[in-house]
Amino acid sequence: MALAAAESRTAYKLDQSWLVRLFDNKTFLICICLFPAAALLIVFLSYPLGLGIWLAFTDTRIGRSGYFIGFENFVSLWHDKVFITSVWNTLLYTSVATVGKFALGLWLALLLNNNLPFKSLLRALILVPWIVPTVLSAIAFWWIYDPQFSIISYVLVDVLGWRDTYIDFLGQPWPARWSLIAANIWRGIPFVAISLLAGLQTISPSLYEAAMLDGANAWQRFKHVTLPMLMPILAVVLTFSVLFTFTDFQLVYAITRGGPVNATHLMATLAFQRGIPGGQLGEGAAIAVAMIPFLVMATLFSYFGLARRKWQQGEDND
Amino acid sequence: MSISRRDVLIGGAGLAAGAALPLAPAVAQANIEKGATLRVLRPTKFVDPDQAIFNENTEAFTKATGVPVRVDYAGWEDLRPQTAVTANTGAGPDIVVGWADDPHIFSDKLIDLTPIAEELGKKYGGWYPIAEKYGKKDKTNQWISIPMGASGAPAVYRESWVKEAGFDTFPKDLDGFLKLCRKLKEQGHPAGFALGNAVGDGNAFCNWLVWTHGGYMVDENNKVAINSKETIEALKYAKALYETFIPGTLSWLDISNNKALTAGEIGVTQNGVSLYFSIKNSKDEKTAAIGKDLNHATMPVGPFGRPSEPALIINAMAFKHTKFPNAAKEYLRFMMEKEQYDKWLTGCYGYWTQPLKGFAESKVWSSDPKIVVYRDTWERALWSGYKGAINEAAGTVNAEYVVVQMVASVCAGQATPEEAAAEAERRAKRYYRT
Repeated sequence: MALAAAESRTAYKLDQSWLVRLFDNKTFLICICLFPAAALLIVFLSYPLGLGIWLAFTDTRIGRSGYFIGFENFVSLWHDKVFITSVWNTLLYTSVATVGKFALGLWLALLLNNNLPFKSLLRALILVPWIVPTVLSAIAFWWIYDPQFSIISYVLVDVLGWRDTYIDFLGQPWPARWSLIAANIWRGIPFVAISLLAGLQTISPSLYEAAMLDGANAWQRFKHVTLPMLMPILAVVLTFSVLFTFTDFQLVYAITRGGPVNATHLMATLAFQRGIPGGQLGEGAAIAVAMIPFLVMATLFSYFGLARRKWQQGEDND
Repeated sequence: MSISRRDVLIGGAGLAAGAALPLAPAVAQANIEKGATLRVLRPTKFVDPDQAIFNENTEAFTKATGVPVRVDYAGWEDLRPQTAVTANTGAGPDIVVGWADDPHIFSDKLIDLTPIAEELGKKYGGWYPIAEKYGKKDKTNQWISIPMGASGAPAVYRESWVKEAGFDTFPKDLDGFLKLCRKLKEQGHPAGFALGNAVGDGNAFCNWLVWTHGGYMVDENNKVAINSKETIEALKYAKALYETFIPGTLSWLDISNNKALTAGEIGVTQNGVSLYFSIKNSKDEKTAAIGKDLNHATMPVGPFGRPSEPALIINAMAFKHTKFPNAAKEYLRFMMEKEQYDKWLTGCYGYWTQPLKGFAESKVWSSDPKIVVYRDTWERALWSGYKGAINEAAGTVNAEYVVVQMVASVCAGQATPEEAAAEAERRAKRYYRT
């Protein structure tokens, strides 16, 4: 009896020390702590991405698994006018909307950085377009742009009498594109404004005081103090904004479905249309994969173009 | 739970309980597996009573057979991907009430439904030919699905305005229709047909236009044939007709014509029966008054020689992966039997029109003379991919709005009819390649 008890005690001690030793091991600890996050990333990000890329090289359709066909999807897309239009649309949409969002967002951030009455309330209100679910704001814009029930047309025609006919916002290619870009800018401004506002608040007032003592006017203060100090956060916000805009789907899908006659199809909406309702999963995936080079380029551009400055690494800015 | 279920099952087979449950004798023949359960997936309701009555009928099935059934309702755009996942993984629902083409895409994964389809056909006056086309595997006599209903798209028009325009009845020919639309435009009540990427209404109008002029996407051997004299004639007609439309139809989505008709902005459009009831039963007096003035007519007939229109079809299939194939077949048969089907048909105001000729006698069709035109939806209906097979390519061409955009580009003045037809041919060939 006693012997058995002693034995079991030693075993227990050994057992404990083995566990303790294991958990003292740094490599093991790192692995086990990383595991949940890594597993989530692999299951929900890497696997779908990898699968998407694989599908792009197959002729998979909804209903049957496909065969590897190499670059056939991409070659066929290259000759597809609708796809080429969607690439141009996406580039136009992203570049114009991003410029618009940044110009207006920065302006708004500068205004909000001043001492205003009800400052916190105003800042909270600014966020509304950003926090409203996209589909909801898309439907609101859809009504605003409606050929029969547009509030803008109503005001211009029935209230002010400045026009005789209702505006056809979405019925022609160019007006439809500008209308969608305007809606996207409206949605994107708060994100830019609030992020840049956070950046503005980190700039020490003493820098402005020093600049003022040196006789700098408002524009010079903005150009030589605000802008350089804002660059790092500007780069990050720009990267995110470009990514969001480039992959935008909901606004276009809800307002025009890519019409009129494919004039407003973006790569994201076309990929969905071909892949899911159209059943051509392989081709849809190929369109989505075709977005990757553009996204990588945009990210690299904003990262290297704006973020990697010498001053950021603590060296002199010459 | 399982005991009571078996009790009911035994009771259902027994003569004594047969008196209590009028459906029991029919059910007893079906050989339902012991302990069977079923899962059904179908599209979510479009008219309110749809879901309630479908559930009631399902409960009646459970009562009669003891088989518990769970019915899930999927959003219209989610139904197709969910059907595909079910088919590909061999898991999930036993029965899917899917969209028109889907059983044909997954045909090798489906249970043969020939016996029940033939039985139902014999009992209820036969299937409409297009229902057979949708139910049978291409070029065979094997039934792979049970078409359950179709929502047609005839013309919906304002009776008083059409009279004002000098037409006692809605014109039956293309010339008359064009004259009517011109007159309506003059009087400030223009026509409105969706030409945007509207998967239902856009395809309805544009397919009717091409079909009624004698054009078609592919021939009997699935060879692309859209670039034809007939199509070009159709496009010329479309251009003339477009001049009479309310501005902005190039951006119209599925709901736009409903909004415009409800607001009294347009004199004629195309729609399922639901719009009539939603306007007629509106609590707003002004809107309800419009409802009294609405009427329906078949879309005019061109060189094709008979009425033709696309229809939104729900087509039920049972998968081979089900553990209880007999129960699944029995469920489908049960839902199509008069006691259940007529209640559903009537309750939905005829929104899902019957594929079996016998139900043309249903009371719903004499309940309101204005909806009679929907009764014959299956007689007028053609399928997407007409004259070829119902297949993936046809579905993709539909989803890509090839026909809609062909018509829209001519109406917008972006292409001549010849260019538009050639472009549609090129796009269709991408998907009809073998």
